[in-house]
Amino acid sequence: MYPASFQYHRAASVKEALGMLQQFGEDAKLLSGGHSLLPMMKLRLAQPAHLVDIGGIADLASIREEGGRIVIGGATIHDQVASSNVVRSKLGLLAECAAAIGDIQVRNRGTLGGSLAHSDPAADYPAGVLALEGEIKLEGGSGSRTVKAQDFFVDLMTTAIKPGEILTSASFTPHPARTGYIYLKHRQPASGFAVVGVAAMVTLDAKGNCERVRVGITGLGPKAFRAAAVESALAGKKPEAATIGQAASHAADGIDALSDIHASAEFRSELARVYTRRAIQQAISRIKT
Amino acid sequence: MAAVVVPKFVGTRVKRREDPRLISGNGTYVDDVRLPGMLSAVILRSPYGHAKINSINVDAARKLPGVVAVLTGEDLKGKVGTLTTAAPAEHVPYHPPLAQGRVRFVGEAVVVAVATDAYKAQDALDLVEIDYDPLPVITDPEKALEPGAPIIHEEFGTNISTRAQVASGEIDGAMRAADRVIKFRLVNQRLAPVPMETRGTVAQWNQGSGHLTLWASTQGPHLLRSYLAEILKLPENRMRVIAPEVGGGFGAKLNVYAEEVLTAYLAMTLRQPVKWIERRRENLAATTHGRDMIVYVEAPVKNDGTLLGLKARFICDAGAYLQLLTPMIPGFAGMMMTGCYKVPAMAFEQLVVFTNKMAPDAYRGAGRPEACYIAERTMDMIATELNLDPAEVRRKNFIPKEAFPAQIPSGLVYDSGDYATALDKALKNIDYQKVRAEQAEARKQGRYLGIGLCSYVEICGIGPSAMLPPTMKGGGWESATIRMEPDCKVTVLTGVSPHGQGQETSFAQMVADDLGIGIDDINVVHGDTAIVQYGTGTFGSRGTSVGGAALMMATQKLQAKMKKIASTMMEVPPDQIVFHQGTLALASDLTKSIPMQRVVDGAYGYKVPIPGVEPGLNESAFYEPIACTFPFGTHACVVEVDPDTGVVKFLRYVAVDDCGRVINPLLVEGQVHGGIAQGIAQALYEEVIYDENGQLLTATLMDYAVPKAEMLPHYELDSTVTPSPINPLGVKGVGEAGTIGSTPCVVNAVHDALKPLGIKNLDMPLKPERIWRAIKSARKA
Amino acid sequence: MRVTLTINGQQRSDEVEDRMLLVHYLRDVAQLTGTHVGCETSLCGACTILLNGKAVKSCTVLAVQANGVQITTVEGLAKNGELHPVQEGFWEEHGLQCGFCTPGMLMLTVDLLDRNPDPNEAEIRHALDGNLCRCTGYQHIINAVQYAARKMRGAPRRTA
Repeated sequence: MYPASFQYHRAASVKEALGMLQQFGEDAKLLSGGHSLLPMMKLRLAQPAHLVDIGGIADLASIREEGGRIVIGGATIHDQVASSNVVRSKLGLLAECAAAIGDIQVRNRGTLGGSLAHSDPAADYPAGVLALEGEIKLEGGSGSRTVKAQDFFVDLMTTAIKPGEILTSASFTPHPARTGYIYLKHRQPASGFAVVGVAAMVTLDAKGNCERVRVGITGLGPKAFRAAAVESALAGKKPEAATIGQAASHAADGIDALSDIHASAEFRSELARVYTRRAIQQAISRIKT
Repeated sequence: MAAVVVPKFVGTRVKRREDPRLISGNGTYVDDVRLPGMLSAVILRSPYGHAKINSINVDAARKLPGVVAVLTGEDLKGKVGTLTTAAPAEHVPYHPPLAQGRVRFVGEAVVVAVATDAYKAQDALDLVEIDYDPLPVITDPEKALEPGAPIIHEEFGTNISTRAQVASGEIDGAMRAADRVIKFRLVNQRLAPVPMETRGTVAQWNQGSGHLTLWASTQGPHLLRSYLAEILKLPENRMRVIAPEVGGGFGAKLNVYAEEVLTAYLAMTLRQPVKWIERRRENLAATTHGRDMIVYVEAPVKNDGTLLGLKARFICDAGAYLQLLTPMIPGFAGMMMTGCYKVPAMAFEQLVVFTNKMAPDAYRGAGRPEACYIAERTMDMIATELNLDPAEVRRKNFIPKEAFPAQIPSGLVYDSGDYATALDKALKNIDYQKVRAEQAEARKQGRYLGIGLCSYVEICGIGPSAMLPPTMKGGGWESATIRMEPDCKVTVLTGVSPHGQGQETSFAQMVADDLGIGIDDINVVHGDTAIVQYGTGTFGSRGTSVGGAALMMATQKLQAKMKKIASTMMEVPPDQIVFHQGTLALASDLTKSIPMQRVVDGAYGYKVPIPGVEPGLNESAFYEPIACTFPFGTHACVVEVDPDTGVVKFLRYVAVDDCGRVINPLLVEGQVHGGIAQGIAQALYEEVIYDENGQLLTATLMDYAVPKAEMLPHYELDSTVTPSPINPLGVKGVGEAGTIGSTPCVVNAVHDALKPLGIKNLDMPLKPERIWRAIKSARKA
Repeated sequence: MRVTLTINGQQRSDEVEDRMLLVHYLRDVAQLTGTHVGCETSLCGACTILLNGKAVKSCTVLAVQANGVQITTVEGLAKNGELHPVQEGFWEEHGLQCGFCTPGMLMLTVDLLDRNPDPNEAEIRHALDGNLCRCTGYQHIINAVQYAARKMRGAPRRTA
């Protein structure tokens, strides 16, 4: 409940923040909404010597449309994503993921960038960001680069962010027509995190066959992942119950499932299959034709 | 004084008088106490379930700026006594407030640092170096009984703290006479009470007068004072314990803890006030837990469902040390395990066993949830085995209402009851036949609907005092003082120590009606040993049934005195005078009255002496109950189990509770709601888990699942009213009933849902994975 | 570091340790002890306050992060001695017992009713995900929220 001492630095711009990161090196941590970092610091599980607060940089907390993509600043709070008209109408899956995070208070404070950078294996956002094939923009001292969601989540609480880089935004292609989506989550009863969370998005072609299926799964393994076997099993197929069930049975294939007091690896894997099946079915049922 | 129109308060939904301060942020909880020069204490706790302490180095910690003291167990040797248990036990371990030489559970206090603020005290603890040698750990009480198990307290040569055997009637005969004996094992898992306010204390020592003042988040300030006096070797008349606003207790704050001793000792030696506020991780590790009993049940039955007897063997986890009532709680479970049923014979054996865990102690229900779980799971087991309707099995075995007062095999005498009426009402409210038909329909569709019943009876207001162990301070009695102040306002001092129950309101309702005055003219004071006469405190649903009865007695004394005074003024005999609308009036003609203020002036002014009447208006009473009260009721619920995920969803929850006469229905509802929530939590969600190394896996609220609003159903309440003949108020108690009735109700419902699969006995908590696994293996079979 | 902010309409400025949590600043520096600490893991919601009108957990914000913001605590809910409808609802409907979670419940409710002036029972239960109560079993809290919602819909809209 009582963090160890550190020095707090308020950055007015991304440039200033990058300078601070360079100055303090590995002793520094970025602070945005603080809802991943501060809980660790309160338990003294994290004891950075310097905190660089990027929460006050206005540019980082915005949602805008740019070149046919929707760009969400890294310091945009979950509630803003969940309630934004643009996101809800064009990127509904991400809005659903945001709305499923924690509780009202957490959503009022926690940020997209903070969640993605922390990469908790049970966080909600990564499932959606993967299913949406988002692109994550990282800025560093030597310029910026864009990393595909697929490549962003590296391992347990490890991402492609290099020391000295800041996650400034994530961008997405809006949902195409004839697309249905849903984020379904088996909540860990105490923490509210996902024991398993499945973000599914299905686009049907004019004949009603699956043109494009995207499934992001969180909670199951050390990092969120795209369930490629599920996606390909449905591609081009007619979305009948048996086909969906067959495809969903691959949801946990090849994943080294986590195990804890809330769910064993075996049960988690089963939940992934069940929730994947349900998510795909419900996503399809929501398609407006 | 002008005549006022005073409504009757008792029996009405008076909103709480406690609330204005609590909804405006003006309540003072222990962490809100601010004293000049106050220091903060933070405690370093054992990371091992069992280990030898080779050395502790606190040098660097002591040198940190802002740090005032860093103490270890060695520093306290010979200076403070051992923590204690009030319950009789064969083996009672030495229990120093800071570990000496050995730690025996994760969370045991090892070092305390005191600094100008808690951040700095925590910094100091980060610099403490401790060299531990891990020792073999035992966390399973059944394994602790096996030969060769590591012994937790070597001086005893065994892990058994105490053993009890009780038998009544011909249990062997019942076994022989039975058509069959149903045998099963029940686990009442370990729970954490988790009051939203953790524990905390502030100690202040006055060196000049030798007075200690201790603010503590406690349910029993007088009991705490008495035990602390012994441990600290201080006279009780120089100790003041204050229970400020207490943010929930649920039994966990009816205890004497290491930290209360430590803060007092630190304040006395440092001569500065010291505050310690428990962090939630400490609360989950080092505040008493509840339940944790394994029970082997044998139920001899006739083929028509008649229960002939009940036999049980309890293995009760005591943790590493005994807290205040640790060995006593299982006794209630045994004594009450025959429930609402006429059972000619019973026998139980209890073993209370040390393990490398925190000690369990009183937790909402304290023994009765465990008892009820035995009785009500037995009823459903009978129904399942014999293919009978669970409602009919209960009805067949109920103690009939004509039988009250009814002695049960354990020797307890149930005061009053009408179990069938409560059951019938619950069945009617849930529309039993209809939901059974819906269930049949659902089963055809492959859906798993379950209907659960639980007819409970519990024991409240433990008394007379002889029922409590002689080693326990306080008693089954309770105290009250009522004072009519010179301005005709009333002060009530109650020995109970409410912390959410609402007696500032319900007691004011009682007094207002008795004295014919307004409720706002009454102030109910509690929780300060310097102001309130000795009392036993709030636990075991005793506040109103015992504390209220004491208040009623004190009020009657006050009335008698005031009538005597009025009698000389009105020149009529006292027994013809009544209290009416702010006056004392002639019973036969209420218009012939004198204002109450005149009587009060007579008592305080005393300008005209009244023969045989002392000046002043201040009366006290100590009420000793002649027996216990036994609230009862039936809960019924409908659940649906998702067979793919094992998730349980509530469709209905109906409760019919009988707590005797009701003073304030709004408060009773609140108690029942909260009780049901905690009982459902045990059935479905909560469990304290240690791994085999003694590590606490439910160490924060991120892992210990206190239910949120979404995880609980909408409760539909109803009641029957069967007054208790035991106390003059006719009340029974309601603080724990909901917890007791709800757990078996939900567990029975889930089993009922899974009945088509042949699943008969799953342990709590019925988490999705447990249910999913059971379904999976049932389908395989 | 210096922090300057407005609490319940009053501006104040204090030098605080960088590491001080906002909840400790409110309780120990501003002496507003109505905001409580109930867990260490940003879960129980007892420390909920309004930060620029939005419910947040003050145990998971640094005091220095609150520079320049507007904060409302439970002490700032009542205006001119008149209870806020949310406070009134909790009193009328017996929405509290021990009272420890209550300040957080009240502040969360203000935010909830700001978003959704007429929430149904399921919506209220969902909105309470970040606030634990161990006494009431939540049902009277739900009634209290609905009482406040009715009152606020009927009466002229007030802001906290």
